[in-house]
Amino acid sequence: MRNANEQDLDEIVMNSDKPVLVDFWAPWCAPCKALAPTLDEIAEEYAEEMEIVKVDIETNPGLAERFEVRGIPLLMIVKDGAETARTFGTLSRSRLDAFVDAHVGAE
Amino acid sequence: MTLEREIAGVAEVDSRHSKVLIIGSGPAGYTAAVYAARAALAPTLVEGPQPGGQLTITTDVENWPGDASVLGPDLMARMGEQVRQAGVDVVGDVIVKVDLGRAPFLAIGDGGVHYTADTIVIATGASARWLGLGSETEFRGRGVSACATCDGFFYRGRICAVVGGGNTAVEEALYLTNFAEKVYLIHRRDTLRADRTNQARLHANPRIEMVWNAEVAEVLGNSAGVTGVALRDTRDGAVSQLAVHGLFVAIGHDPATALFQGQLHMDEEGYILVTPGSTATSVPGVFAAGDVQDKQFRQAVTSAGMGCMAALEAERYLAGHNSHAIAADDADTGLTV
Repeated sequence: MRNANEQDLDEIVMNSDKPVLVDFWAPWCAPCKALAPTLDEIAEEYAEEMEIVKVDIETNPGLAERFEVRGIPLLMIVKDGAETARTFGTLSRSRLDAFVDAHVGAE
Repeated sequence: MTLEREIAGVAEVDSRHSKVLIIGSGPAGYTAAVYAARAALAPTLVEGPQPGGQLTITTDVENWPGDASVLGPDLMARMGEQVRQAGVDVVGDVIVKVDLGRAPFLAIGDGGVHYTADTIVIATGASARWLGLGSETEFRGRGVSACATCDGFFYRGRICAVVGGGNTAVEEALYLTNFAEKVYLIHRRDTLRADRTNQARLHANPRIEMVWNAEVAEVLGNSAGVTGVALRDTRDGAVSQLAVHGLFVAIGHDPATALFQGQLHMDEEGYILVTPGSTATSVPGVFAAGDVQDKQFRQAVTSAGMGCMAALEAERYLAGHNSHAIAADDADTGLTV
């Protein structure tokens, strides 16, 4: 899992040949911390299907504004540079799997 | 999807059995799991929709014994670690259906997994109460929130509102003044339930304005998110509007018991009824601990205590059943004592 910022997010998203899951989080967001281990798990298991990048919105407020983020944790799926889905709030592993399977699935 | 995942997916449809199934991962569930594991009952714990429970969205906890001050999420992470070290099978799943009218009991996860169990500890806790408006659901995460510490940041220099009249509502409003230029506190009565200390802090804060005798009739917004709220006066029904960028809902908590409706005795508010001085529910072998059965104390430490009780009672229940089975065997062979 890598971190993205205002400078490189577009490049990462455009250059990826796989869908990208963007995790908007912040150091003071407790539910974001609670979600992190689950994201680590799926990053490994879905390594072939998608890429996960983390965006710290405290250091990248411009990205929060651009994507109209008003609540975190927020997970967003981007395919070919365009947002295709987002989900807000903490998720169990089973629900995160369901979200990813529904939006990342086969071409 | 890789082959590995496909295989895992097929395997998941199978049912898994445990002597003790714990539903929930707050202080009650985690404590029950530690006790059950130490009693060699090999419990399964299903974490539910918010792993770690309500404390994961709080900040400082200053009344947990042994810690002068600890962050709620850190405390819950430590409990989770302890539970895993004790050998508990911790599953990231959400139970969506239960059948307590059969033996063994059955619980079904939202991925379709069937969990069967000889005893169940219900520790599903309570969750934030929402207003129940369609527009509120529509704007969740886009201006409607129940967590000021999570989302206050997005309202720097903006205007927001908090609904509620208790300590949580006042604390959320006070916290939001660190960011927002102005915070309205909307309450349907003309007095607050919050304690004196919080009320004094509230009235001393020039950024907070009270909106008395009003309830939120609708959340207003556009494609970018919330733009305001429609208010209804609780005395004369007069309707007005307030322009805000964010709405924080802090109107209390409801026990997470919808799953057990009709299968366990509950009070009119949905709290599971237990035998006084015990965690036994109306179904033998099913125990309830923490906020799901407690509307009086609702503390991390009382929940943990009840989790301990539930595990010990489950252990006793299982032992009782085994000794009945042994007694029956003895009777068959004429070896009665």
